[in-house]
Amino acid sequence: MKMDFWLNNVHREAEVQPDTLLLDLLRQMGCFSVKRGCETANCGLCTVLLDGRPVLSCSMLALRVQGKKVVTLEGMEKEAQEFGAFLAGEGAEQCGFCNPGFIMNVFAMLKELQDPDEEQIREYLAGNLCRCSGFVGQTRSILKYLRYKQDRKGEYRE
Amino acid sequence: MLKIKSYVKAESLQQAYELNQKKTAVILGGMVWLKMGNRRVSTAIDLSGLDLCGIQEDPEEFVIGCMTPLHDLEVHPGLLHYTGGAIKECLRHIVGVQFRNCATVGGSIWGRYGFSDVLTLFLAMDTWVELYKGGRIPLSEFVSMEKDRDILLRLIIRKKKTKICYLSQRNTKTDFPVLTCCASKAGENVRTVIGARPGKAMVLQDPEGILKGLCAMDPEKKKDAIHRYSVWTAQNVPVGSNMRGSEEYRTHLVQVLTRRAWTDIGGTVNENGFLA
Amino acid sequence: MKYVNHPVPKKDAMALVTGKPVYTDDLAPKDCLVVKLLRSPHPNAWVREIRTEAAKKVEGIVCVLTYQDVPDQRFTIAGQTYPELSPYDRKILDVHLRFAGDPVAIVAGETEAAVDQALAKIKVSYQVEKAVLDMHQAKDNPVLVHPEEDWEAKVPVGADNKRNLAASGDEISGDVDAAFADCAYVVDETYHTKANQQCMMETFRTCCYMDCYGRLNVLTSTQIPFHVRRIVGRALGIPSSKVRVIKPRIGGGFGAKQTAVCEVYPALVTWITGRPSKIVYSRYESLICASPRHEMEVRVKAGADQEGIVKALDIKVLSNTGAYGDHGPTTVGLTGHKALALYRHLQAYHFSYDVVYTNVQASGAYRGYGATQGIFAVESAINELAHQMGMDPVVLREKNMPVEGGPLHGYDGNSPTATSCSLDRCLKRAKEMFHWDERYPSRVMPNGKIRGAGMALALQGSSIACVDVGGATVKLNEDGSYTLSLGCADMGTGCDTILSQMTADCMDTELDNVVVGAVDTDISPYDSGSYASATTYATGNAVLKACSMLREKIQAFGAGMLGLPVEDTMFDGVCVTGQGRQVSLAEIAVQATCGNVQELQATASFSSMISPPPYMAGLAEVEIDPETGSVEVTDYVAVVDCGTPVNPNLARVQTEGGIVQGIGMALTEEVQYTDTGRIRNNSFMQYKIPSRMDVGQIRVEFESSYEQSGPFGAKSIGELVIDTPCPAIADAVYNAVGVRIRELPITPEKIAMGIAKGRQEV
Repeated sequence: MKMDFWLNNVHREAEVQPDTLLLDLLRQMGCFSVKRGCETANCGLCTVLLDGRPVLSCSMLALRVQGKKVVTLEGMEKEAQEFGAFLAGEGAEQCGFCNPGFIMNVFAMLKELQDPDEEQIREYLAGNLCRCSGFVGQTRSILKYLRYKQDRKGEYRE
Repeated sequence: MLKIKSYVKAESLQQAYELNQKKTAVILGGMVWLKMGNRRVSTAIDLSGLDLCGIQEDPEEFVIGCMTPLHDLEVHPGLLHYTGGAIKECLRHIVGVQFRNCATVGGSIWGRYGFSDVLTLFLAMDTWVELYKGGRIPLSEFVSMEKDRDILLRLIIRKKKTKICYLSQRNTKTDFPVLTCCASKAGENVRTVIGARPGKAMVLQDPEGILKGLCAMDPEKKKDAIHRYSVWTAQNVPVGSNMRGSEEYRTHLVQVLTRRAWTDIGGTVNENGFLA
Repeated sequence: MKYVNHPVPKKDAMALVTGKPVYTDDLAPKDCLVVKLLRSPHPNAWVREIRTEAAKKVEGIVCVLTYQDVPDQRFTIAGQTYPELSPYDRKILDVHLRFAGDPVAIVAGETEAAVDQALAKIKVSYQVEKAVLDMHQAKDNPVLVHPEEDWEAKVPVGADNKRNLAASGDEISGDVDAAFADCAYVVDETYHTKANQQCMMETFRTCCYMDCYGRLNVLTSTQIPFHVRRIVGRALGIPSSKVRVIKPRIGGGFGAKQTAVCEVYPALVTWITGRPSKIVYSRYESLICASPRHEMEVRVKAGADQEGIVKALDIKVLSNTGAYGDHGPTTVGLTGHKALALYRHLQAYHFSYDVVYTNVQASGAYRGYGATQGIFAVESAINELAHQMGMDPVVLREKNMPVEGGPLHGYDGNSPTATSCSLDRCLKRAKEMFHWDERYPSRVMPNGKIRGAGMALALQGSSIACVDVGGATVKLNEDGSYTLSLGCADMGTGCDTILSQMTADCMDTELDNVVVGAVDTDISPYDSGSYASATTYATGNAVLKACSMLREKIQAFGAGMLGLPVEDTMFDGVCVTGQGRQVSLAEIAVQATCGNVQELQATASFSSMISPPPYMAGLAEVEIDPETGSVEVTDYVAVVDCGTPVNPNLARVQTEGGIVQGIGMALTEEVQYTDTGRIRNNSFMQYKIPSRMDVGQIRVEFESSYEQSGPFGAKSIGELVIDTPCPAIADAVYNAVGVRIRELPITPEKIAMGIAKGRQEV
């Protein structure tokens, strides 16, 4: 079946099967940041933004994004570099395999929550598993990034 | 792996209904559960073009479209207020935000899953389901119906002056529950819902009137009544064993969680509900 | 030191955080055949008949292979130095299926849909046999997991396939009975750990293709590129010179990828068909037919005198290696040897073990490698001993723990004494950070929950003494940069970066001036691989050696350019100078590409005679809801002696990650079987690793000793950090609510029911 959607702000057409999952379509279309870590919607590695909301691309039929806007980490390279520097600054990126889904959800969180505290951060990101870091380094990097963003806001105001 | 032969984005409910009469057809919810199975689906029917997503609130009721993602429920100010936060407590443990942005309330309720937090909470309220052919029926009736080929369109919560407490026990914070418990009190109407038994959630009331006049009781009497009621509940809820917990542990939990939930609703004893 | 002991970001960080296609499946050729396996539903069965005609007819199917199509020789997939201590008990496909999940057929096709369809069309008739599912009944059971005559143990490890034994042994030092007779206090208990799964986020996966020389190229997510080369060669019955292994970025390993779990299948497909192929294990496969930690039951008898001096230990281990013996004979050694060395006053010890075959998933290597199980058991027994004596467990450790220059009893690393050790400082600092005296043993919180404190010590090794080989090549490039070639495998831990840090400091250059890359067995120097906490220590030493050789060569080359004897010159990383003249590294680098006969490149190998242990003190506080049994680790304090932390950030994250894996092992990670021998915890829905909501505060500090034999004083860290959580948490639970749980995981149910039943032992 033919379909079209917006992938990282570019209008794209695709030919898919009725049961093609969004995750597989995105990888076919060159978005290799999108990873699969399980088959049971538990790991969060495949997280992408669909019309601005974080969703599991492993559980989404490709046909269901017809006409919608999908953003993967490839579409947020600048932001990823900026936040990624904080993550790497803690050494918490580790093997990197969970990073894209995790970072996408961090961006979703920052859009949805105003100045989240540690507890809110842990709850919002609970669906993003990581086996290397033990999570605490990831949290440190988010808190530092938030502070940096706050400071930057201050600068702009001045 | 899930295999789907054809996908139809329904243009009308009638079309969806007709397509769904075939046993191998399926109405798509959020797909998080459907995708995990090895089902072979002839027609996957997508209702997302039929304006069934969203929460409407008026002074009498909440009307929740079946395609509303679970995450929308937990951040809805009206629902949060009405349930005293129980809606968030009920949903926040379910895997993660991305999961709850996919999973729909219609899918959760239609499945009538044993492990369902959502079903537990909704059974504790005056909830009705609206079926395309079946019309409006109480949720408590719906849960014991055989699955048929009708379509669940909406959930309706009829507002009452009510107090609700939702509790669950889990082995890890985002795991399935070992047991769910939701207590609600609307006037003298008492409901205790126990889910993840591991069977489907069931509703208990207070046939022996143990909690009658609860709010007017002095603290000692209240504590005693709640204790007796929780013992009664544990005796009257059939539970079983599965990977997450034994029958014995579940019976123990029924009593503990029921007592805590009613202590919360009763509004006294000490803040955590521990027996002295 | 400009870089060593500094927290520089990893060299590959930006590629990882921006999601670049750097992993096996991202790099696999797009025309790869999809390879999948048909698996046995039975734990013990023989293939009576297998019909593949219908499967082969499915459009897009390229081959369907059965046991009749594979080379007839046995091998092990354990990644170990040859001759492997693991028995040769596998074939690529076998007529005898030994666990539910053992492969029956290999299917390769153009698309996944075609392969799935073909798999469903293979008709197998099984002769189902009785299975050995309980490890207690395995030894000398009439049902043999490996009855075959061509089963082979290359090295005498006490194995006997006719007794279901993959290894057995008995070690005694001193007069054990006499030592126990002198003890005023004795604990004798049995502890049980399950077959935990590593759960790296990237499952097992391999891609293969032929090159223009007719050689098989294996692009794979592995910790052991050179061992994979040998294993694939042997499995396919081809010279390993025909095999080239390339390791790109890999998405975690934790020991799982120290076993060649999936490489041989696409290798066989590509070798037979000549076409590129790949296999990507599902999470399901990674949980039912991979390489988890050995389930062990460890009986510990520990004795101490009136003063609390631990005099005697008797450790008896039953280890379940499952259907195949991968890492079975070796893991069990660490179970005794590491734990014994924690007690410096031992007068005598006894360590005995059986490693048994059963018809369940084969075990493998998981961070800690047997030591984790042994330390859980021994540290738990010592904590119980402390309770029996009414002594603070910290005080008991202060009297008994290893000290620098002191003995390491029973230690297998060929190290009779602790060459470097600051465990005393680690424990002291941990106690301070934790406010142990205020928090031990327990306190009731205002909300009725109870907090309890517990502790444990641990040590591990730094490479396998006299076996592991680290290799490094350092080359000066034309532009004055250095290329560091490595054969060890960065699995996300950052060894490429820390070894580059060492190179930069050794060569007095900038970190950015050091180029490092993927492993390629055609190009990289030999390295036994990234396991046994070997990389920082062994490969690090190889880097130092290679750098020192290269420095000499550069200096000699510069001296030649200056026309001076080398003794009259010096090299500071920027210039070679002598007699007031100088020639720059840039000039030397260019000159070396023109009319030069002296290569500016050095390769070094390193292997250590000793395996100096790193040490750790772990203190845990748990909070328990005494009615529901809910348990949370609210605070974990770890103080580590890994020698010099080469990159303190990476060392800290290693520690945090290891502790959280340990918390998972202690509290939630459970492997349950059905009556018919199938694993029930076969997805992330059922096998529960900790999420970030399950993790409380974790505080890590370093109290460094200086290991003379290590690069820049460094030892290891990778495995050590998983060893303390289980015993520390188990004792914290006991201290909180009086329930002693000796079988992991410590679930809310065990706690709540233990309390309800009057604090019985569970």
